[in-house]
Amino acid sequence: MIVNIIGELLKIIIIFSVIMGIVAYMTLMERRFLGFFQLRLGPNRVGPGGLLQPIADGIKLLFKEDMTVLHARSFYFILAPIISFVAVLLCFAVIPFSGTMYITDLSVAVLYLMAISSAGVYGVLLGGWSSNNKYSTLGAYRAAAQMISYEIPMALALAGVLILSGSMSLVDIVNAQKGLWYIVMQPVGFLIFFIAVSAETNRTPFDFLECENELVAGYQTEYSSMKFGMFYMAEYAHILLASCLITVFFLGGWNGPVLPALVWFFAKVFAVFFLFVWIRATYPRLRYDQLMAFSWKFLLPLAFLNLMISAVLVVALH
Amino acid sequence: MIKPLLDGLKTTLNHFFRKPITLQYPEEKWSPPERFRGQPVLIRNDEGEPRCVACGLCEKICPCGCITVHPHTGADGRRQLKRYTIDLLRCCFCGLCVESCPMAAIKMSSRYELANDRKEACVLHEQDLMEKIGPVSDVSG
Repeated sequence: MIVNIIGELLKIIIIFSVIMGIVAYMTLMERRFLGFFQLRLGPNRVGPGGLLQPIADGIKLLFKEDMTVLHARSFYFILAPIISFVAVLLCFAVIPFSGTMYITDLSVAVLYLMAISSAGVYGVLLGGWSSNNKYSTLGAYRAAAQMISYEIPMALALAGVLILSGSMSLVDIVNAQKGLWYIVMQPVGFLIFFIAVSAETNRTPFDFLECENELVAGYQTEYSSMKFGMFYMAEYAHILLASCLITVFFLGGWNGPVLPALVWFFAKVFAVFFLFVWIRATYPRLRYDQLMAFSWKFLLPLAFLNLMISAVLVVALH
Repeated sequence: MIKPLLDGLKTTLNHFFRKPITLQYPEEKWSPPERFRGQPVLIRNDEGEPRCVACGLCEKICPCGCITVHPHTGADGRRQLKRYTIDLLRCCFCGLCVESCPMAAIKMSSRYELANDRKEACVLHEQDLMEKIGPVSDVSG
């Protein structure tokens, strides 16, 4: 019993430290890739090829003055980054990195994911509101509206996957893709999910809650030092989570020939992450009302249609 | 509507695989074009002496008055160069001294890293003007 608990705890600690390490190096990867996309080199001065840059960034953030502005509601102000960060990390509990490498295999993992990732909105909303600053508040409202709007097409796109796999457990979903990846059977669902998840993670072209040129830095405006660092880490952890989810739901998870399962999984995650950076380097941010209209008037009907067609096909073919 | 989006992705991917244009300055140095006007240098003759005959034309033509030429009479009774000073803080790198020189004894080099933390170090004397650059013998005319 005790040994079991200690074993589980060790597994959790190892998985989370690996995730944090990956998140730290994702910041470096993103900055270097963006550099290459813009014919620059990106950060390459700290350590060989810039490999120590995330550590330097972390040390810099820690040594910055940790400010809480006078007019902020300090309790919520401190709570907000913690909520953001914890909500994202909790989602990793159900991600299967390989057939045996996961913290837990919930039978309602998809529901759990939707519920917990929605809680991340509270971090952003509380952070913006408690800063008591018009730009932060505007950013937070935008973020809340955007994240909630895009969660619906995202859930509907996932419903198509659930119909095919007949299970809500992520391990079962991956096992069901042994033969054919769901990206082949659900191409529209994949597109909808990809767009919605980019909006969820607030990536360019959906980065309306930061939106430097309109809102300074949105909900993060008043944050400094490690509180800002936590928002930042939450953001990148969210991108990692999104890449993991796309891999699990549409790219066959750890399935693949020859190479070990973990290698396949992280290769796919890396490919999806690269796609995110590629898109960030390519597209501009549109107008806020266009973003909302796109979700409600285009993505949502399309997701419904996709769900209906896949349901009909599944019933007709069986 | 979809095609322009894909075109955009293609363009950025092309850029991703192109060579970055960043010059990593202290390690990689920029090589200036042939006719670049950097710090003026004095040219030695084959005996290692300056070709300058201390006529003072460069001093006269210099629009910012940054050149000072001190001649003296040598052992053979000919006019010789004693001291030659260029105040780089005043120099405007116009190259008129090079054009006016009848002996082609001064040349604009390609040296462009001229920053210094002391003002005095920016006033160059004949030994700095020659020694630091080394012999520049490829100048004709």
